[in-house]
Parts: sequence; structure tokens; C-alpha cells
Amino acid sequence: MPKAVIEFEKPIVELEQKIDEMRQYSERLDISGEIKILEEKVEELRKAIYNGLTRWQKVQLARHPDRPYTLDYINTIMTDFVELHGDRCVRDDKAIVGGFARLEREIVMVIGHQKGRDTKSNLYRNFGMPNPEGYRKALRLMKLAAKFGKPIITMLDTPGAFPGLEAEERGQAESIARNLFEMSHLPVPIIVVIIGEGASGGALGIGVGDRILMMENTWYSVISPESCSSILWRSWDFKEQAAEALKLTAPDLLAQGIIDRIVPEPLGGAHRDPVQGAEILKGILLEELKKLRKVRIHKLIEKRIEKFGKMGEWEE
Amino acid sequence: MAWFRRSKASIETVPQRKETPDGMWSKCDGCGEIIHRKQLELQFFTCIKCNYHFRIGSKEYLTILVDEGSFKEMDRKMRSTDMLDFKDTKQYRDRIKDSIRKTGLNDAVRTGLGKINGIEVVVGAMDFSFIGGSMGSVVGEKVARAIDKARKSKRPLIIVSSSGGARMMEGALSLMQLAKTSARLAQLSDAEIPYISVMTDPTTGGVTASYAMLGDINIAEPGALIGFAGPRVIKQTIGKDLPEGFQRAEFQLEHGFVDMVVHRKEMKETITKLLRLIWE
Ligand SMILES: [Zn+2]
Repeated sequence: MPKAVIEFEKPIVELEQKIDEMRQYSERLDISGEIKILEEKVEELRKAIYNGLTRWQKVQLARHPDRPYTLDYINTIMTDFVELHGDRCVRDDKAIVGGFARLEREIVMVIGHQKGRDTKSNLYRNFGMPNPEGYRKALRLMKLAAKFGKPIITMLDTPGAFPGLEAEERGQAESIARNLFEMSHLPVPIIVVIIGEGASGGALGIGVGDRILMMENTWYSVISPESCSSILWRSWDFKEQAAEALKLTAPDLLAQGIIDRIVPEPLGGAHRDPVQGAEILKGILLEELKKLRKVRIHKLIEKRIEKFGKMGEWEE
Repeated sequence: MAWFRRSKASIETVPQRKETPDGMWSKCDGCGEIIHRKQLELQFFTCIKCNYHFRIGSKEYLTILVDEGSFKEMDRKMRSTDMLDFKDTKQYRDRIKDSIRKTGLNDAVRTGLGKINGIEVVVGAMDFSFIGGSMGSVVGEKVARAIDKARKSKRPLIIVSSSGGARMMEGALSLMQLAKTSARLAQLSDAEIPYISVMTDPTTGGVTASYAMLGDINIAEPGALIGFAGPRVIKQTIGKDLPEGFQRAEFQLEHGFVDMVVHRKEMKETITKLLRLIWE
């Protein structure tokens, strides 16, 4: 049973609760027929609701408090994870985690944004909003991976780079720019997965790679719908319209030629069955890694730069 | 203007630059001094009294930087499309049309070949007047091509930035221009061709988080606002007033993100001196 329920999930959760109650009675009464009917009904309801989500509702799913985060995926699909800390300059940024791990027989460097589950852990993780030292830690780890010839997997899930005073003093913009620059010619395969929220430069700061995967119920754009609403509509009330206008869902980004592949999630979202969700991702990661392994490094870099070079639309 | 060597066709499509709305006189935002346009031009659009640097367009900046008659513009006709059919209070394609009409520009950056005191360079300058100098596909592509041109023709690259960041109306596609331009700069760097970035007021958001901060040498104009997040957003986050001079060019110099703060009247000579040291 999910701890948190989004408005549009309510009818499903209520029906599921009803079925649970009936199961308790069924020890004394034979109501298996009724239960079966309700189960079919909830399945239909799930399909109807989840296949008809608006873009804003997808944003809400991407932010679902029960959704798996980077460390959940690492712990579910990887082994021997050794977390490495610090940018060797200022401090260890808790909003980005990373280290070597095994993914089946592959040894990889895995790096991702990390959110917290409750107030305390969210304060510790700064709500998944990195400071410059987070991006610099990520770059240090990526260079380490390149040094030892290990592929890199990054997981994107951030409401944005932290807009703080110290972040500016320590060069938030420079740290992101430097990562884009360095990641584009790093001599190892890089797979990027958007696992939750992909908000602007804060997400892209660890998001340059050879394959860009996006989980089904996530968003990725230049700005959050709320901030977009506040700037373009001069009010916080147009987030739904902003989400529609930004075209920020996985199918949208596939159509725009930005991502390579959508990673399917269990019906209702990765939080409904985190283990199954993680296993699907694992299968796809292994498949993509295998493909990338076959490409010569200089060709890989050339194609990576070309890949981003093609993005955009204009007339002349 | 003299540096602006145009083909016949381009003359027809580029309207004349309009005078400032208030005519020949401009008020200095720094000290309130009223200055005549002719005098402003002679002073490189800076205030003689307080050194305030007026925001100027690509045309003015290139006149200051590039040897007379040497500029050849590239990709001048490139325009944005409303690929997402984006509508806020206004449809994006109408916003583009209106901006083209108002500014006489096709988008927020002008790029081309030119000479700086005889040194052949690839040079670009941004126009804040075109949708806040925002970077969408056109700015990203034009900058990317300018970088490519610099690499292939082995000429140093100079880009003068002035931008509020990525262009929201192009969604994730505008975000990807950060990666596109930065990746091209990595290639340029691998080819050991110098890139000098000049940041003018304001240079914030996605442009700062990509090519503006990636110069081999970063130069800022005095007083220019340079940062990632806008001051308003930071103020909201910390719930306090921001310190005096926060995110200004001098602050960036103090924190180590620009190599020097250079007055506009000395910009050309400074760039020349640098290029002669590292390139010629
Ligand atoms: Zn003045």
C-alpha cells in the first residue's frame, strides 16, 4: 500500500483497500466471485487512469514520494557498490551520490541525484538539488571511471541545481558548463537515465551521454512547470498549462529527438512495484551497454558530439 | 555601418536599426546623466561620468571589436520555428515575428568571420533585445557552427554574451543547446584553438552554464551581472537581501570565475594582446 496518494490515484487505492477488506471476510464467507469482479474492475480502472494522464499528472507521478531514487536502483540491481565521496575541493555534496558497482558482469561507475524520503533526509540531501561541489564530485568520479576504462551510468532526478548564495559564489554555472564540456569527450561509454525529475541545467549537468533513456513517468525540460508559469504567465496558477506547453514527457522527448528510448514502468508507475521497475531498467541498461561496448572509443565520442549537434529545429 | 559588408540580398531583408525610443538622448542608468548618442558612440556606449556600460546590440559590439570592413556574417537568415506549438499568454511564433519586426534581427546572436587588429578570427555577439538574448535552437546552432568554423579554419573564437538564459518556449530542445555548444567547444579545445569569452550585462542561466563560462580566457565587462540563477530566485531561496555587488563582474573576478574585468574601450586592445601572446 503506497504511503502517499496523488489525487488521481485515489479511486484505485480506495478500490484496492475494499478488496483487502473483503479478503479478510472471505475466510468466513465465500465471496471469491465478488472479489474477482472487483479485481477486474480495479485493473480496468488502472488502465483507464494511467493511460490517460495529462502532462501535469505525469509530473506529479515523477515526483511521487514513494518513487524509487538513485540509491534504490543501485541497491536493487547492482552489487558491490562502493560509494565515493567529495569533490576534493570544498566538501561532499549529498544531493549527488556515486561510486563503482557491478551490474551483472559489468563494472560501472554509477552517479545520480539523490532525494530524501522525509523532512530529515530531504534536508540532508538538500531535496536533490546539487551545489557546484556535487557536479565537481560527479566529474571527478567520471574521470576516475575513464581512467580505469569503466562505463558510466548516470541517473537524473532533481528539481534543479540549488539557487543559493554559496552556490553562486562557488560557480554553479561553471560547474555545470564544465561537466557538459568534459562529458562530451570522455573516453568511456555513458548511459543517462532520467528516473524522476529532469529539471534544466541541474539535470543536464550529469546528463551528456551516448544513450539517453527516460523512464515512462518522468519529465525533462528547460524549466519546471511552476517556474515557467510564474515567469511567462506571471502567476503560479498555470502549471498545468505550462506542463502542456513545455511538452516534457517521455513520449514528447522521444518525438523531439532528445532521448533514444523510453524505459517502461509497471502500470501505475515505478513506485507501484519498485523491484519490477528496477529489473526492467536493468535489462535495458545491460542491452545498451553491450551495444556501446562494440563501438570504438573515438567513434563513440564523435557520435556523442554529433548526437547533441543534431538537436534543435530551425529554418534558413 | 562600415564593417558590415553585406550582399545585395541581405540589404533588402535587414531593416534599418531604429533610433532609441527617446531619440538622440539617453539617460545613464548608473548616474542619471543625459548623454547624446554621438557622444555615447565615441565613448563605446559607456558613461563618461560613472563608467556605466550601456547594453548594446551585436552590431554595435562588432563595430567596437572588429576591424572596419572585415566582418562577414554567417547564417544570417536562420530563424526559429515554433516546433512545440508553444503558447503561454502569446503564441511563440507570434513572439518571434514581433521580435524580428521590432529588432530587425532574426535571432539573438550574430556570428561571422572578421579581423581583430589584423588577426583573423571567428566572432559572435549576442543581442539581448531579441527575447532577452535567450538561447533556443537558432542561437545554439549558430554558436555551434561558429565554433566549427573556428576549428576548421583554425581561427581563434571570440563570443560576446548577453543573455537571460535558455529559451523556455523551445522546452527541452533549448536545454540541449547547452550540451550542443559545450560539446563543440570540447572539440575546439582538443584542436588547441583559443576561445575568448566576453560576458556583458547580463549573462545568466543556460548561456553562463555553457559557452560563456568555458572560455580559455573569460573576460567580463565592469558591473555586468553574471550568474546561474537570477538574483530574484536566490533572494527567495535564502529569504534575505543579497549583498552589494552580488553576481557582478567584480564578484566573479573575486571568486575566480573570470580572468579579468575589462572596460569596453579597452576590450579590443586586450583581446588583441592576448591573441598575440597565445596565438600569433
Ligand atoms: Zn553614468
